[in-house]
Parts: sequence; structure tokens; C-alpha cells
Amino acid sequence: MSYPVRKFDAVIVGAGGAGLRAALQLSEAGCKVAVLSKVFPTRSHTVAAQGGVGAALANMGEDSWHWHMYDTVKGSDWLGDQDAIEFMCREAPKSVIELEHFGMPFDRNENGSVYQRPFGGHMQNFGAGPPSQRSCCAADRTGHAMLHTLYQRNVRSNTHFFVEWMALDLIRDSSGQAVGVTAMEMETGEVFIFHAKAVLFATGGAGRVYESSTNAFINTGDGLGIVSRAGIPLEDMEFWQFHPTGVAGAGVLITEGVRGEGGYLLNKDGERFMERYAPNAKDLASRDVVARAMATEIKDGRGCGDNGDHVMLKLDHLGEELIESKLPGIREIAKKFANVDPVKDPIPVVPTCHYMMGGIPTNYRGEVVAPSGEDKEAIVPGLFAAGECACASVHGANRLGTNSLTDLLVFGKSSGDSTVKFLKQNLEHKDLPRDAGDLTRERLDRLNNQTNGESVSEVGAALRQTMQRNCGVFRFPDLLANGVAEIKEVAQRVMRTQISDKSKVFNTARIEALELDNLIEVAVASLVSADARKESRGAHDRADFAERDDENWLKHTLWFKEANRLDYKPVHMNPLTAETIEPKVRTY
Amino acid sequence: MSDMDRLRWSCRRGLLELDLVLQRFLNEEYPSLGAEQRETFNRLLRLQDNDLLDLAMGRADTSDKEFGVLVNLMRK
Repeated sequence: MSYPVRKFDAVIVGAGGAGLRAALQLSEAGCKVAVLSKVFPTRSHTVAAQGGVGAALANMGEDSWHWHMYDTVKGSDWLGDQDAIEFMCREAPKSVIELEHFGMPFDRNENGSVYQRPFGGHMQNFGAGPPSQRSCCAADRTGHAMLHTLYQRNVRSNTHFFVEWMALDLIRDSSGQAVGVTAMEMETGEVFIFHAKAVLFATGGAGRVYESSTNAFINTGDGLGIVSRAGIPLEDMEFWQFHPTGVAGAGVLITEGVRGEGGYLLNKDGERFMERYAPNAKDLASRDVVARAMATEIKDGRGCGDNGDHVMLKLDHLGEELIESKLPGIREIAKKFANVDPVKDPIPVVPTCHYMMGGIPTNYRGEVVAPSGEDKEAIVPGLFAAGECACASVHGANRLGTNSLTDLLVFGKSSGDSTVKFLKQNLEHKDLPRDAGDLTRERLDRLNNQTNGESVSEVGAALRQTMQRNCGVFRFPDLLANGVAEIKEVAQRVMRTQISDKSKVFNTARIEALELDNLIEVAVASLVSADARKESRGAHDRADFAERDDENWLKHTLWFKEANRLDYKPVHMNPLTAETIEPKVRTY
Repeated sequence: MSDMDRLRWSCRRGLLELDLVLQRFLNEEYPSLGAEQRETFNRLLRLQDNDLLDLAMGRADTSDKEFGVLVNLMRK
């Protein structure tokens, strides 16, 4: 017996910034669009974005999209595709003004124009400086305001929202075209087929593969798991952005301002170890130097705690008064999330995952591309992706601050436009294949009937520990090799997860088991891709290959679930209209 | 079981800090709440993520007395 079918022109999975922006293009063009979301749209992880949207509006002084493009290419350590980066930087000002017209409450200058903040890595004159004020924000709630603005606009244009629905698998027909997804209504546990002419993924990041992550619990890489099960590769999954100091075990960030004010790091012997790594700058050394030193201390057995998996950030010597006045909020964060009062005790900290640069491979139009025969970038008909889950690739090996919101606005819109165009050329629904829904049924039956299986929370913890220990901010060859072996064992355990509560109604245990099915694809992809890349580039920082190697590694990784196969494809070095920004040493 | 599951899912938010605060609240405080306070907690969950986190972290206050009692428990 097949699942009941609901028909739409297009189905969008995910209702964060990218999904909402894409949905708007579709519904305003008169398409019948369904948006599936695990949580209410305004509770998507986009709400956590505080930094602003990068766009060269030049409201604060001279600026140009071309300078923004240069900063983005440099930030990507030349792994970003220059056509996509040019597209994003040229479109960014239009996207921001459009959002302003939708009612987004941007901060303003006295003359009424959008106020723009400075942000690290954004410069005038092709990196030469001075810094450019390019970030458009709404106080410290930019993501929140963006979600509300886009959600309201979607309601107005009759987008159909399916809230508390989880997409499970992609349906492709025999030609490979995407023709729908299966999805579960959490309320009832019923599974439906969403039959569509086009499918668009905007499921956000997958930072929950790490033990220490700033990502909300919902960030389980659902879109990535779904497409990889459907035979589509994941691109550049070795590149994860880390922040040096998150509260160990919790992931909540401790601002770098703490070290700026005189806080310093200690290992288990109570040694101020940064003195060894950076004798002059010590704890004020650059972010990557500090993160690398922390990872080395932990790897060499000088980490703190029962598992030796973190270091300590000491600030009690600064005194209560300075901590309260210069570092507002830090005491509260430490008490609440680390269970320590930093006025008396050090805070346990560890390099913490923040953003996923890799994802579902797309071109700059938001069309999903995958190798087919000789063509490394053949378009997968009917399939689109945007936002953090997609890899266009504008962030390459490392993302520049404020470009995550720029990415989701620009590519949310362009993927939406591409979908509208596709719908105009494909007026009829293609038939569902006879086996539509079978993969989902097999997975659910397996989970429901599993006996003598594994606990979801235990396997999930093993997955996160394996990633944190072996595929962290600074990478060692022995740990990477060990991590690949370990994660394959974890993957075997994921295939045997068991839940005790088999009820259909709002069964969070089942949802978490299904999320784990997605997390494991992301984790395996990340470790296998990282182990293979024998260089250091951007956020992929290896102890044994300290330099970037353009001769051998100026290329994108593609990981396929089937047999853990890797393939590579060239970086697009040719922008759309500008001249190529040639690789050079990246220094800040 | 399903009501508790539904509530647990309502505690899945866009902000990690809120996930952590609400998870702790649900495990440690919620079981000992009376029916009225449970209803208030449901009402509290309808707040926007940033507003709820500001309350929980003591960065903002509420004039709603029923909220105040629960917010104080969250701040513990």
C-alpha cells in the first residue's frame, strides 16, 4: 500500500531565511508551493544570526560589489567559485533594498539610509583597506527580523506552510528527475508523498554532528542526508568553521573579548600554554593560532576534565568589578551553561563548530548539479537548494562574517527564480515511480521492528565524540585515519537503532532516530573528505600538511554515500564579468 | 506520553541557548509544576525566541506575574 499523495507545483523543505525567500518567489509568481518545516518558521536557526547582511550599499563611505567579491574570494582561500561569488556580491545590494521594501526594520542613518557596521575581513580597495562598513543589521536581531519579514510576506502571498512536518526522502524518477519527497506529520506520525514538479532544499546546517556546536538542536543536516541517500554527492564537507572558545559540553560562545580583557587559557597542569605557542601575543594571538594550540594541548593529553577534552579559560584574576563592567553577560553565561562562577573559577572551553561551508552542490542559479558521464556538473532536473545546506560555492574553505545572510537572501531568491522558470517549462507533473515511498517505508519498518538494537542517544553521542575528537579545528593524520574507521563503525550502529516507544502520535524518539540517519551521512562525508585532502586551506587545517597546495588541491571534493567514493571537480576561477582573482597567500 | 513529547518538541528552538535552558527546565522543573503553571509554561513557549531567552538570561523582565514565577525558575 502506498502513502497518500498531496500535489503541489513545488515543495520546499525548510523554512529558515533561504526557504522563506525562495518560497516567496514561487508564491508571488502564482505557483502552488508547500513549505515543510520541523519547527515554526520564525523559530528557525536563522534567528541566531546577529552580525548582519553583507552588501556593498556604500551608505557609509566608498564601497563596491567588486571589493566585496575580492574579500569573499580571499576569505574562501580561493576555493569559492568566482562566478557564484560575483553573482552574490552584485545581487546583495538589490536583495537588501528589496528586503527593506518588504518592511525589514534595518538600523538607519540620520538621512534615512540603511546603517552599516564594520565587520572583520571586509575591506575597501581589494583588501588594501581601510575597513569597509558593509554589514546591514537590525540591532542584534537581524536574523529574527528577517524571518518575521519574510514569513509575513509569505502569508500574504498564500504560501502553504506545513509546520512540524519532517521530510524523510527524495523521490526521483527513472531519468533522475526530482518528483517529490516523503514527509511525516509529527502530530499524527502519518507519512505522505508530496508530489511536485520541483523540489527545493533549504534545510540549513548540520552543526549537530559535533559535540561542541553553536547550532540549535534542529540543525541535523536533513537535506544533506536525504539527497545523499538519493545518490547525489555532498561537496566540500571537510570545511567547517569553528570558534575557539565555546563552553565545553554546551557550545554556547564565550566572546573573544574575554581574552582581550586579560583572560587566559590553562591546560590540566595549570600551565598558561599560549606562552609556548605565541610567546609575544600569547592569548591574544589570532583565532586560528589559539584554536590550533587548544587542539594540540587536548590531543597531547593535557586537556582538562575526566575525558581530557577541553581547556580552561581563567578570568577570576580580573576581579568581579571588571568582569561585570567590561564583559557583561559572560558571568551569566558561564553560570548557566558551564555551572561555574568565573569570578571564582575558570570556564571549561573547547573549539566549537559554528558553520558548515560544504553542502548540496549547486550552481549560482541554485540548481543542484552532480556528475553524469563526462560532465561533472550536470543539472539534476527539478532539484534546487539554497542557504547553508547548499554549496554554490561562495564560502569555499571559509566563510566571511555576514555572508551567511547574504547567501541565503541572494540564493534563496535565485533558486526560487530558477524553480519558477523550471515550472514554466514543465507544466505537468511527471508520474511518480512505482517504488515511490519504498525507501521511507523500509527505513520506518526497520526502525519499528528493530530488536536488540542500539540506543539513539548513545549512538548520537558516539557520532559527535568521533567528529569532535578526530575532525576538529586542527587536524592530525593519525586522528583523521582513526576517525574514518570509527565513524564507519558508528554508521553500522546507526543502521541498528531501536526505539522503545512505537506510538505514531508525536513520537520525538522516532524523530530523533530519523535525524540521526541524516547526521551520520554528514559525519561520514566530513571525515572521509577531510582525511583525503592533503593540504591546509581555510578552515581545513592539517598538522602534517601546513600549506595550501594549489597545484594538487585547488578543487572541490565530492563525496558519494555509495561505497564512500570521492570525486573532485574544478573550482570556477572565471567570474561572470570581472577578471579572475588569482590565488595568492592569504594573510590578514 | 504524547503531550510530554509535544511539549518537548515545542522546546526545540532556533537558538541553542534556549534549547539548553528549556531542556533543563522541562527535565528538572516542569514535573513539579501544578496544572495552572503548566498552562502558563505553554503560554511562555509562544513567545519569540529572543524575547524568551532575554527573560531566561535576566536581560529583560516581564510584568506578567505568572510568567515571573516560571522565569525565576529558569534563571536558577
